[in-house]
Order: sequence, then C-alpha cells, then structure tokens
Amino acid sequence: MTITEKQQELLEELNLFQDWTERYEYVIGLGKKLQPMDEALHTSDRLIKGCQSQVWLDSSAKDGQMSFLADSDSVITKGMIALFVRVLDGESPEDVLTADLSFIDKTGLKEHLAPTRANALTLMAAQMRKGALEAGQQ
Amino acid sequence: MLDPYKLRSEFPILHQEINGKPLVYLDNAATSQKPLAVLNSSRDYYERINSNIHRGVHRLSQAATAAHETARQTIAKHLNASRPEEIIFTSGTTDSVNLVASAFGRSSRLKKGDEIIISGLEHHSNTVPWQMLCERLGITLKVIPVLIDGTLDLDAYDQLLSERTKLVAVNHISNAFGTVNNVIHICSQAKKVGALTFVDGAQSIPHLSIDTQLIGCDFYAFSGHKVYGPTGIGILFGKYDLLCDLPPWKGGGEMIKEVTFEKTTYNDPPFKFEAGTPNIEGGIALAAAIDFVDNLGISSINKHESLLIKRTAEIIDELEGATIYGPDDRAGALSFNFKGIHHYDLGTLLDQMGFALRTGHHCCQPLMSRFGITGTLRASFAAYNTIEEVESLGEALKKALMMLR
Repeated sequence: MTITEKQQELLEELNLFQDWTERYEYVIGLGKKLQPMDEALHTSDRLIKGCQSQVWLDSSAKDGQMSFLADSDSVITKGMIALFVRVLDGESPEDVLTADLSFIDKTGLKEHLAPTRANALTLMAAQMRKGALEAGQQ
Repeated sequence: MLDPYKLRSEFPILHQEINGKPLVYLDNAATSQKPLAVLNSSRDYYERINSNIHRGVHRLSQAATAAHETARQTIAKHLNASRPEEIIFTSGTTDSVNLVASAFGRSSRLKKGDEIIISGLEHHSNTVPWQMLCERLGITLKVIPVLIDGTLDLDAYDQLLSERTKLVAVNHISNAFGTVNNVIHICSQAKKVGALTFVDGAQSIPHLSIDTQLIGCDFYAFSGHKVYGPTGIGILFGKYDLLCDLPPWKGGGEMIKEVTFEKTTYNDPPFKFEAGTPNIEGGIALAAAIDFVDNLGISSINKHESLLIKRTAEIIDELEGATIYGPDDRAGALSFNFKGIHHYDLGTLLDQMGFALRTGHHCCQPLMSRFGITGTLRASFAAYNTIEEVESLGEALKKALMMLR
C-alpha cells in the first residue's frame, strides 16, 4: 500500500464514527497498540520540544525502510502520533520526506485541538521527516 | 443569598454552546467574564466622554478626568487605602510587580548582600521580576517552603527573616492550589525586621474582602480582568510616604512636574508612576466591576463559591485515583490529578464536552516540581457558577476518565 492509500484507509476508518467520543477512543486505541518503546529510549534528544505533553520519537532505517518508535505520557498525543507511524512506518526515507501529510487535517481531530496540540502534530511530522533525512544521508 | 442563575443573565458570553454543549466556564482564575455593567461602562465612556485626561481645558477632558479620578477613589475605598493617591493604575498585576521591583531597585534602600523573600507558591509573575532585581544588584532571593498540604511553612519563614531581609513578596491566594495565605501574619513578621511587604492579590480580589490597613502591607497589587473588569488594567496600592520616597520607573508625560533639558522634577504620587496616557476606559470600567462586586457583596460571593468548591472537591475525591492539592479551606481554585492520567488529555476531553478548565503548570513551575508533577487540572470559580455546573463536571469527568483508562 502506498502512503496515500494508507492515509485514505485511515480516513475511511475514522469517518465510520459519527460521534467525537468514538473517534477519540479509536485514536487512543491506536496509541495503545503502538509497538512499546523502551523507557531507556526516553532521552532528551528523542524528546519533541514544544509539546505540552512529553513526546519521544525514535527514527531508524534498515534496508531502505524507515522504522519509527514513539511514546507519550498523554494517551491522546500518543494516538495522534500513531496515525503518523501507521502511515510512514516501513516506507523509504525518500517517500517519508516527500509525503503529503495533510490527511491529518481531514481526520476531524485537528479542529478539536487546542493550538498547542495542533502545533505538536506539526512538530511530530517535522521530527519524522528529520529522521528520514538523516537516514537518507547515511 | 446570591442567585447565580439570575446573575448569569448579566453575562452575555455565558449563553453559548461549545461543540453542541452548554459552555461551563471554570477558568475564572485565568480570567473572569464581564457583566453588562462593565461592558456598558466601556461603551459609555467611548460614546460619551472619550478624551485625554488631566490638563484639558475642554468639557470632555474634564468629564473624562473626573471619571478617571472617581474610579481611583472607588478602588481606594474598596482596598481601604488611606487616600486615593495610594492607588496607581498599571496594566495589571505583573506590571505592578515590575513597577515595585524596578523602583525599589533604583532606590538607595538596597545593597549587595541584602535579601528578598518570596514563597514557593508564587506565580512566575511574582518570582521573575524579583529574580531579575536580585541578579542586577547582587541580592539573594530566599523562598518560603511549601508544606505537603500546599500551605506555607511559616516556621521556616521566621527562620528566613533577618536584618538582611529588605522585602517580602507573597500572594494572598495561590492561583495554582487556592491556598489562602495568612498575609496579616506574614506582613507583621516582616515588619519586625524592617522589611517592606508586597502582596500579590491577583487571585484574592474576586473572592475576599481586602483591607490593606488590616493586612498591614506596604504594597498590594491586582488585575482588573480577574475581578469581572477589563484586561490591560491593574492596580498597585502603595503606602503614600513610601510612594513619595521611591523613584519613578518609567519616564514620560504625566509623571513630571517640570522638564528642562538639564533636569526634570517629578510629579507627586500617584502620577509619578503613571507615565503616558493611561488606560482611561479600563480604569473606569474596573471601577464599574468593583461596584458590581460591592453590590453583590463580597461575603455572599465568597459563601456561594465556597459551597461550589467544597462540592467539587467531594465529587473529585470520590473518583478513582484522584489527588487534590492544597488545603481544604481553599478559595477560588481547585487543582487535581488522576493517577496515570495526563491532565492535558482530561482537559482536552472536557473541552469537547463544553467545559473550560485549565491544565498545565499554571505559571508555577517551581511549585509543580515541589510536588513532582508537570501540572494539574484546575477548576476555578466565580459568582455566576452554579451547583448544577459542578454536578455536570462530575459526570463529564467520569466519562472522560472512562475513555482514557
């Protein structure tokens, strides 16, 4: 599946929910299903600064595929980052770098977010791209 | 008895829906909503008498000056100041703290090695200006520790006081925990060593009767917007003799007596500290807000809010994993957390349900560190909040907690 297809699939899933409660519960659930990130990886260089909650992101590349590990002390934030991970994990550094991530605007989640949280999403996306850029240069 | 339902009709902003749910505004410690009396006062000023004050020969300027000075008298009376000249219009509490820190720093009253005492409950606004002053003059900042129940360790305070202490700055009510500090005691102890006292009244002004003579403080500060008034206007009360003695901090129009290029002589208080055109409309509308509070009666407001805050504490206490911060006899604000739940997540879900609460460190990072937390969820109350809103907050919290667990 391409990044665009994965985004489309996610949006279709989210659109199944009429109620904001269900949509949030689904996103929180996605966060809980993320591959666990070892506490030892909660280092300051993996911490995304500028979020009201703490978010850690670890990016690595193996055989031309990006792999992301993420964690947060906020379950909603963790769910949001799980959306990105689901879309970008396993893709090539080039594809991560050029991916259009505007799907997040269509999830109906961002409009409910405080500007600080919405800003956190932008920071997360930037951090994932940075990981891809570094992987591409190696 | 205060009737909050009747009162709500005077606050247009409260009658709206958020995400299809009625707005429940419980962020009053950050800012209060404004009654029609205040909104009308601002509008009336611009529609009828807008003009620059003082030294105006024409009718409008005279009317604006009179309204501005009447506002000063209203506020002086509300704080039980000895005279209206003890009331300085500032842009808010932060501005008032900076005024005192700056003027005090320029006076000959401070020298290297002196000490200033603040408390561990302070807002960053009553911390950073003193820190900056200390850095500039080589003074030491001492901090009254906070006990586990969220009150100040007043025995430790006594130990901190010495002849090196030149100023003690504390808040009357903690914005983070709602702790009511014994400012009468704190000021009288400070006086014994000859230190000046500054009380940050940002949180107390909407909830308590303030008598500056009874408190015995040298300075008392508050913001208009926390007491049903507009933003951008605040007050510094200062004892008259002290205000005469302190040098000005900002230069400009109004604060001068005579200017030549060789030397300027300064005006008397309060004008000495009011450089430039003030927030005229703000001051007048603030007096309207104070009148609004006086008409309701601060003791009936306090009684009503105490009922709300007690019931909120009961409701939260019954929920699984709840921690409530601060002492039981709190005022204005109630801070809490739930085990394993991020306050930010809870605040986000409550917002979805129409509840306006604040999450985070409440500009009190040292206090949060003291309790080993990054922040809390805070509900803070005003006269227009109802017991129904409190009960519905309980239901909303249950729902949100279920989603997050």
